[in-house]
Amino acid sequence: MGNARATDTVIEVAGLRRSYGAYEAVRGIDLAVGRGELFALLGTNGAGKTSTLELLEGQAAPSAGQVRVLGRDPYRDRAAVRPRIGVMLQEGGFPMELTVAETARMWAGCTSGARPVTEALEIVRLAERRSVRVKQLSGGERRRLDLALALLGRPEVLFLDEPTTGLDAQSRRDTWELIRQLKDNGTTVVLTTHYLEEAEQLADRLAIMHGGMIASAGRVADVVAERPSRISFELPPGHFLGDLPPLAPLGVTGHEETGRSVRLETRDLQRTATGLLLWAADKDLQLRALDARSATLEEAFMHIAKDLEAAR
Amino acid sequence: MTTLTPAPAGSTSRPTAAGGRLAALGRAELTLLLRSRATLVTAVLLPSVTAFAMRGMVKGLDLGGTGLSVATVMLPGALATALFFAVYTNLVGVYVVRREGLVLKRLRSGEVRDWEILVGSALPALAVAFVQSVLLAVGLTVFLDAAAPPAPHLVVLGLLLGMAMLVAGAALTAAFTRTAESAQLTFLPFLLVTMAASGVFAPRELLPDAAAEVADRLPFSPVMDLLRGGWTGDLGAVDQLRLTLLALVWTGVAVFAVHRRFRWGPRS
Repeated sequence: MGNARATDTVIEVAGLRRSYGAYEAVRGIDLAVGRGELFALLGTNGAGKTSTLELLEGQAAPSAGQVRVLGRDPYRDRAAVRPRIGVMLQEGGFPMELTVAETARMWAGCTSGARPVTEALEIVRLAERRSVRVKQLSGGERRRLDLALALLGRPEVLFLDEPTTGLDAQSRRDTWELIRQLKDNGTTVVLTTHYLEEAEQLADRLAIMHGGMIASAGRVADVVAERPSRISFELPPGHFLGDLPPLAPLGVTGHEETGRSVRLETRDLQRTATGLLLWAADKDLQLRALDARSATLEEAFMHIAKDLEAAR
Repeated sequence: MTTLTPAPAGSTSRPTAAGGRLAALGRAELTLLLRSRATLVTAVLLPSVTAFAMRGMVKGLDLGGTGLSVATVMLPGALATALFFAVYTNLVGVYVVRREGLVLKRLRSGEVRDWEILVGSALPALAVAFVQSVLLAVGLTVFLDAAAPPAPHLVVLGLLLGMAMLVAGAALTAAFTRTAESAQLTFLPFLLVTMAASGVFAPRELLPDAAAEVADRLPFSPVMDLLRGGWTGDLGAVDQLRLTLLALVWTGVAVFAVHRRFRWGPRS
């Protein structure tokens, strides 16, 4: 994954492990995140995303391996690192009886170079809810409050653990827009998510975690490129798979025939599609239900999960 | 959108200081205390009621030969009660509820140091205990027509040591308390043993010798002796030092145990 490494590395992780008693949640992770980059950690529940993120935030010491955030150990040197990072935990942890503004004020009092509370609440559109007690907020509003606190200190590095879980579609888009703006302004962002679309929309690079390890990592396009594209169609009556031109020269790497339906896998979608369509035009055939598509992150993700599950 | 620009790399603009962080935590905790009627009753009303209710019992004690009077038993006892209900029982609940509500975990993700979280959250309780001690001291002095304490500095010393010990004790008790419900009970052992054996209302002089020998070394006994010494004025310098050291040792043991055993999040 080193190919996309930026010159100014903000986060460096080597051989990272984390155990809870006999259970090892993180089993040897290496990664690097450059300044201004947005890095997404993807994975199913229990893949080790949050455990990893907590180590990067310096919430716990790794059982083995090294973490460097802004050139320092985030656990041992937390006094030096914390003022420069912002953390959004997976679950709020706000006293229920405080209002939104009181909560933000408390946090501001504990945050170096804190922006004004009103400004922080405006950024996440909670200003008009400032006098509402936390217990009366919706799940999405609590996530936004959490985000406001993470942004209070104008962090250089922002850690977001499932920032949009529980948000409605509109709030999710708003949050994405906000994260994009932060990134555009130079903030380094590491986020975990199990929404593939979120990673696809936001991430410069991502790592797919499974069973405490990184199963695949790189730019979204690289990870997706590991999976073949697909063409599917229905052959007209009287025609069979064997009637098609030789598949290998068309770039086809796999095929499947179910009744009249044919499904081709290819690493070169354009070549395969062109060959197929020229053949159909030449024979004056109509291919019904024709569908050609590149692999998606979701396919890559599902494939990795399935592969690793089978390998166990 | 300049407001979203991060602080320049390596900048340490206006770093927070421990004092500011403690104040921010204390202020939030005070707001929460004022919004919790049940906690307020326990912390504010109970000590006063107990103090005045104890008068009958203390009057019934045979204090002959102890050199003590109803006033020199009741005044320190009332202050100790205030410390226990406002600081100890109150904070066991505060620490457990904040832990189970993930508040402590959240706070630990920021710049606040661990000890600041525990001390900052304790500030309103300490303030309540202090104000109450002053009111009880003045109120009981008038009520019992007692004399002003001849060694008030010992009263202050006893209060400060008692506060430190009980904050650490509350954190330690919270470490062994799993839920907010059990926090209603787990403060009882230390409270009851102290009330019975450390001479809060019935002086330890009234205990059998062998029992008194042990009771003298209990954590809260030196605090009681310092408080009482403030009102009797008969505590020598050596004894003052010995009692102070004993209280500090117990507090140190509690702090060490908290450092080792305190949990910042719920058991998963």
